[in-house]
Amino acid sequence: MWRDAWLVAAKDLRIEVRSRVVLNQVVPFAVVVLGLFAFALGPDRTPMVQGAAGLFWVAVLFAAVLAIQRSFAVESSDEARDGLRLSGLDPAGVFLGKTAAVAAELVALEVLLSAGVVLLYGSHVHSWGTVVVAGVVGTAGLAAVGILYGALAAGLRVRETLLPFLLLPALAPVLLAGTRAWQAGLGTGPGGDSADPWVSLLAVFAVVYLALGVVIFGPLQEGG
Amino acid sequence: MDRAVFLRAAVALSGRFPALAGVDLTVEIGETVVLEGANGAGKTSVLRVCAGLLPVTGGEAEVLGCDLRHRPAAVRRRVGLLGHTSALYDELTVVENLRFAVRAAGADVAGIDEALDRVGLTGRLRRTTVGRLSAGQRRRVALAVLVARRPALWLLDEPHAALDAEARAVLGEVVRHAVDHGATVLMASHEPSASFPLADRVVSLAGGRVVGSRPVPATASDSGAESVAPTGTGGTARRAVVVGDVHVA
Amino acid sequence: MSGAVDSLVRRRVRGAVGVAALVSLAVTVWLGLWVTPPDVKQGQLVRLVYIHPPIAWVALYLAFGTAAVGSLLWLWPRTRSRVWDSLAAASMEVGVVFTALTLVTGSIWGRPTWGVWWAWDARLTSTALLLVLQLGYLALRRVPAAPDVRARRCAVAAVIAGVDVPIVHFSVDWWRTLHQSATVLNPDLTPTIHGSMAWTLLLGFVAMSLVFVWMLLVRYRIEVLAARCEGVELEVSLRERWAEAAPPELAHR
Repeated sequence: MWRDAWLVAAKDLRIEVRSRVVLNQVVPFAVVVLGLFAFALGPDRTPMVQGAAGLFWVAVLFAAVLAIQRSFAVESSDEARDGLRLSGLDPAGVFLGKTAAVAAELVALEVLLSAGVVLLYGSHVHSWGTVVVAGVVGTAGLAAVGILYGALAAGLRVRETLLPFLLLPALAPVLLAGTRAWQAGLGTGPGGDSADPWVSLLAVFAVVYLALGVVIFGPLQEGG
Repeated sequence: MDRAVFLRAAVALSGRFPALAGVDLTVEIGETVVLEGANGAGKTSVLRVCAGLLPVTGGEAEVLGCDLRHRPAAVRRRVGLLGHTSALYDELTVVENLRFAVRAAGADVAGIDEALDRVGLTGRLRRTTVGRLSAGQRRRVALAVLVARRPALWLLDEPHAALDAEARAVLGEVVRHAVDHGATVLMASHEPSASFPLADRVVSLAGGRVVGSRPVPATASDSGAESVAPTGTGGTARRAVVVGDVHVA
Repeated sequence: MSGAVDSLVRRRVRGAVGVAALVSLAVTVWLGLWVTPPDVKQGQLVRLVYIHPPIAWVALYLAFGTAAVGSLLWLWPRTRSRVWDSLAAASMEVGVVFTALTLVTGSIWGRPTWGVWWAWDARLTSTALLLVLQLGYLALRRVPAAPDVRARRCAVAAVIAGVDVPIVHFSVDWWRTLHQSATVLNPDLTPTIHGSMAWTLLLGFVAMSLVFVWMLLVRYRIEVLAARCEGVELEVSLRERWAEAAPPELAHR
């Protein structure tokens, strides 16, 4: 399983390095989302700084939908699931590999996006540790659920509209917890708020969905 | 286990449509069988069922000792499917694609160079990304994947389409080499002149069922004389040969 | 096994459950509106306690729970049976109705107290997310596919959502309670229950559960009939498919 996961992750990341779709399209999209929020909230910086943590995570969520769709679009133009099933790879390994690749891409995107938040909204990072840990752990859970739903929707003609509808509500806990944790890290939360319960919630989310994915990805891929 | 493929009254659904409506097919190990029939007769579906991709909802289906009704995934490492679309990654080079496919199947990476030599992809082509290759060249890469993986059962879906004469010769040689080393080949084809010389037997499909089976004619002009009892339902014997659009060279 | 379950949904059983549901619901309404006293703090508004919590409980535990359990049973190869898939789908669809009703009754209840129709109360917010997850399941169900494929897809979706539900509850709960802000915390809607109110509340739970079971039986029956239709359609398609082989024989006669 681990060997197969490594194979798939390396393959996905190599394809991304060659094609640079996430870098050239998804990252700018996320930055544009940040800009749209700025327009919506008005030229006064105060609401932007206040909401920076939440807006960051919303932008990450939207970008994640695109990144996951890309992850499955890569698997041959038609019959997205045939190639991976025919390959003889362990499905649990495929799940972990794809999750790892998407998570890596999203973390890279988050690094750039946080620079964007600091620049555009004028946020100050009080606690780098909180921000980084929450980001990484949150992204792991995010990627796991995303790959699960992505596999469900892949190959369906309505996948472009169905995937966001399925995925985003399920990610509500990540948005809630990630925002609270980042608020603590950015110092924009109400005084006295600790990030610890939120980071542990993100960790539980990640562990639960990684475990679920490993178990259920095989049965999911069977059956036509 | 001396049967490579055993299908009995196999029904397979594609969405709500019965792609296979009760197929009876037995292929012995080491045999090369050609599937013929009109478009939509079910040739591709038979191949996909044998690859474990299309679930069987009725009847019996067993490939290389694996029961396809309950555990279709078990058979996938041991079969190789050359389909209409190739499961290749456009952004990776030929060699990278091969390495991935071979490692995924658990086969030996050392066989890659030899496989590429066999299909005639040499030198600079190996380092080209698949997206830049022509359709014929892509077919060759997909074929190289099969050669390198050495599956026990080869499933070829209209392999001669989009191949020029030279490539067809390469394909013929590759198939013969595989059969000499014990592989079983199941090939769907619209071109008897290209496929019959490679085969032991021809099976005719129509309406999702097998309507006839006969040994390959001794000469190319002998298309109808030796039609044997079909393995489908009784009463269709004489008609088996004329089903579909079989052209005689 | 399908036979035994199918007989359960036969008209008599459904009729009996339906009558029981109607009677208990009527009694609950009568007790709730006329017999029980109004609350000290909330006045007449408290009468919603006899239907809102029961509906919420049915929506989450009975409806979604049944759908989740049914999905798991379908996914487990040894217990796989069409019954579980039909049960899960029927339960999820009826559940959507109850979830929506939870939101509506909760909103009505909160309006006079909060002053707004929606105040991001922890329980209602979790319920709103549950509704969207259920709608997602139904959207997947509507995608045309072979019955087994569709069952598999929906079962997995139900399990993914099912795992999410408790996490959502916790996170939304913490979101409300750990958040110390300047705004006034919304007053808890739950009143103190005593005396005749307790019995009425219990009857409310029973009534709502019976209503759910009745709707479930009806919806399940529709699933059974739909499956039978699919079976007939398949027979027709198979015969048409076999006929594809016939015409050439006529041409070469």
